[in-house]
Amino acid sequence: MPTKVHVQTRLNGEEVEFLCEPRQSLLEVLRDVLGLTGSKEGCNNGNCGACSVILDGVLVNSCCVLGVETAGREVTTIEGIASPDGLHPLQQKFLEHAALQCGICTPGFVVAAKALLDKNPHPTEHQVRYWLAGNLCRCTGYDKIIRAVLDAAQTTEAKA
Amino acid sequence: MQAFDYAAVRSVDEAVSLLAQHGDQARPLAGGTDIIVAVREGRRQVAMLVDIKSIPEVNQLSYDAAQGLTLGAAVPCYRIYEHPEIAATYPGLIDAVSLVGGTAIQGRASVGGNLCNASPAADTTPALIAHRAICVIAGPNGRREIPAEQFCTGPGRTALQRGEFLVALRMPSPPPHFGAQYLRFIPRNEMDIAVVGVGASVVLNEDHSAFVSGRVALGAVAPTPLLVESAGAALGGKAVSDETIQQAAEAAQAAARPIDDMRGTAQYRRHLVGVLTRRALRGAIQRAKER
Repeated sequence: MPTKVHVQTRLNGEEVEFLCEPRQSLLEVLRDVLGLTGSKEGCNNGNCGACSVILDGVLVNSCCVLGVETAGREVTTIEGIASPDGLHPLQQKFLEHAALQCGICTPGFVVAAKALLDKNPHPTEHQVRYWLAGNLCRCTGYDKIIRAVLDAAQTTEAKA
Repeated sequence: MQAFDYAAVRSVDEAVSLLAQHGDQARPLAGGTDIIVAVREGRRQVAMLVDIKSIPEVNQLSYDAAQGLTLGAAVPCYRIYEHPEIAATYPGLIDAVSLVGGTAIQGRASVGGNLCNASPAADTTPALIAHRAICVIAGPNGRREIPAEQFCTGPGRTALQRGEFLVALRMPSPPPHFGAQYLRFIPRNEMDIAVVGVGASVVLNEDHSAFVSGRVALGAVAPTPLLVESAGAALGGKAVSDETIQQAAEAAQAAARPIDDMRGTAQYRRHLVGVLTRRALRGAIQRAKER
């Protein structure tokens, strides 16, 4: 039988070590092994985006990544988005625009939007909508989310 | 999810050795967006996943005008459309990799994996066929190459034999006056499985008045993606006109063997093949003129 594997990775800016079975997804490792429950399990098959994390600068669904695959890599989860000084502008704008209702999809949307703004600080509405097409929300109807992301992009721009 | 072993291999030989040893019980792991989900949902049993992403050749993406495009089997979609020269040279491929899943899927999923998953509705396969892609396969008896249109043999089935895996795809450098387009019909804007997909490519003459050659490939209308040779034959040497395009579209419709399912009826799919073939050819012609 497969035994647990020792994995070292960089998670939200800190070196971490953990033991996991090869069959455990990164999402399971985050939630069940490391206690980081911000990333959510929605569909568990790559359709909903609730488990979105950033892996070596690239947005991925953590349910479709094995924990063992992250050895020597860099992972950013929703827990790594805010700074010690306060919320990330995206988080602040999600609050201001009421861009969430039940909140299950929100961590995934914030992480996915962060990956977008890292790559493209001034996206058009069209670009935001397509970038976030892999994140599903069953409450808001998306408009408030899109407005929050566009507003956050402007805020970040104003600060820079 | 069932338990399995995991091996991150560094060489083609190491991968072949493990795959040959375990046979059907081992599967290569690239982006994992199909295989991890299939194992989790019990649709596939595995004793081992062989992670091939760390093999340099399998993660290689390179282009030059003489050699054409070398696309390692594990290269994720986003790396292809973010490469300006490749994006300008292989437009049909870019159409396809830009609409596979959402952003997070494109960050992991590979064209090689899409091909090996052998879904009849795979978006990137008709584009590969339109671009004359060659599959580079490694196995216990060395290497062999086959055209992309011969790779899939049925839903979920491929030409790969025990111990073999797809190392890379090669696409020739397009000739002058070349254009290509992949179009997919889905009932929403994003994130859905093709009801029909059509990949088309054309080579025009100097003044763009006639086709030198053309290729039409169909997805989601047969057990495998289809190269419609009769559609290409309808274009070669003919004037660029609505009539020629219509003849190619009718050839594509005649070659389609669609079924009724939750995404559409066979009749609807056959109609769509005509519409999308005409549109994809017009798109390819436009791109050939702009190039």
